[in-house]
Amino acid sequence: MQKDIAIRVKNMGIRFNLSRERVDNLKEYMIKFLRRDLKYNEFWALKEITFDIKQGERLGVLGLNGSGKSTLLKAVSGVLKPSEGSIHTNGVIAPLLELGAGFSPEYTGRENIYLYGAVLGYSKSFLDEKFDEIVDFSGLGEFIEVPVKNYSSGMKARLGFSIATVVEPDILILDEVLSVGDKKFRIKSENKIMSMFDKGVTVLFVSHSLEQVMRLCDKAIILDSGRLVAKGSVEKVGRIYKNMTE
Amino acid sequence: MSKQSYLKNFLKYKYLLVELVTKNIKLKYRRSYLGILWTLVEPLLQMLVLTLVFGVFFGKDDPQYPVYILTGRLLFGFFSSATKSGLKAVSSNASMIKKVYVPKYIYVVSSVLSNFITFLISLVDLVCVAAVLKVKPTIYLLEAVIPLLILFIFTIGFSLILSTLNVFFRDIEYIWSVFTMLLMYASAIFYEPQRLINTGNDWIFNFNPIFMCITNFRNAVLYGKPMELQYFAVSSVIAVVSLVAGVILFYKEQDKFILHV
Repeated sequence: MQKDIAIRVKNMGIRFNLSRERVDNLKEYMIKFLRRDLKYNEFWALKEITFDIKQGERLGVLGLNGSGKSTLLKAVSGVLKPSEGSIHTNGVIAPLLELGAGFSPEYTGRENIYLYGAVLGYSKSFLDEKFDEIVDFSGLGEFIEVPVKNYSSGMKARLGFSIATVVEPDILILDEVLSVGDKKFRIKSENKIMSMFDKGVTVLFVSHSLEQVMRLCDKAIILDSGRLVAKGSVEKVGRIYKNMTE
Repeated sequence: MSKQSYLKNFLKYKYLLVELVTKNIKLKYRRSYLGILWTLVEPLLQMLVLTLVFGVFFGKDDPQYPVYILTGRLLFGFFSSATKSGLKAVSSNASMIKKVYVPKYIYVVSSVLSNFITFLISLVDLVCVAAVLKVKPTIYLLEAVIPLLILFIFTIGFSLILSTLNVFFRDIEYIWSVFTMLLMYASAIFYEPQRLINTGNDWIFNFNPIFMCITNFRNAVLYGKPMELQYFAVSSVIAVVSLVAGVILFYKEQDKFILHV
């Protein structure tokens, strides 16, 4: 892969086997197996997706609900494995997806910083060093010693955002998370993301709001029922998307 | 992925393993008054109950009988609690697995490892009880490490298999709890193996690696005898086979987990 490519997706497809009814216990499975009744509906959430993102580019992914946007993000962040084709990424990825979902409720904020940091692949020494910065940015103050189960959803999201953005990522994956916490924190987090933009981070941004994508991205693609229907500059793709949705 | 990058990946998430093990141990006793001391108190109380029932009521007059019970109960307790939590390791971390990439075996290994650590702590009980009842340590005490290691490998292998199966079939949890109960009665924890052998049912022991590990552990700790080589050989083979089977099954199925958890 060339050095200046941050993400390369090639002929990538993801297939789900949707069973008509959910079979998750042994008895049903045995009965259906014996009656040869185990039928699956093959469903391609994504098919033949090919695109490159160069370093420093900001790609917006547009599409209606169920078009495969989130599946694409999961595939790029490594959570889902492609059924065919390939995805290559170059550099440290910071996925800002469903912030704070990985917290342990019984753990205090402090303990969760280390736990969640470890989940994101940070080392202990790195977290020790960045601990104060994370707490500062989250604005949680003394609440950092309180179990996370007593946090409000805004506080959780603030802590999650602060942990996930403490690295200097090469690739930032955003899923409409720019609306974190109260207005004060929202401005703070937008500023943080903007400063990453200035440093030349590569961005993969998913949204169904054309306005947001036009504001943040320079390139865009459109997904429709799992197919890539348009790619190019954000102006060109934006026009197509407008025609599609109107 | 090549072998090298598996290793690199493990090293990257080594700290996560430490964090998860700490979390499991910390949260197990959080908000309980005695905290981690329960690791020591619980087996002792169980030993007292079993000694009372089988020693006093059924008239066993071996003064070192409590040590006999404790060795069996500690080793079996590790196996049953580790597989029980290992079995749920993938499905209970579903929310994480769906959102962030982490090598998934870390969840299984960490839950077995944290149980192993509490087990090692609870061995303090054994040392105390053995000292009080004047069990004399011999050179064979050093051999006690071997059955523990075999049991650990066996437990990791089984937990990998069970956690994979449990993703697809949630009944495994209930089947397994019945099976562990059966296994407990087949592992000579509070009766002497001779009683089962006398009834002509010694084949039960020949398939039971838990029993073999317990026996070899007792030989080292309680009886001051060298280990039974046949038990050592058979249980090692079973342990390695289950580890290999577990790793293969887990790696083959792990990409499908996210669709089922």
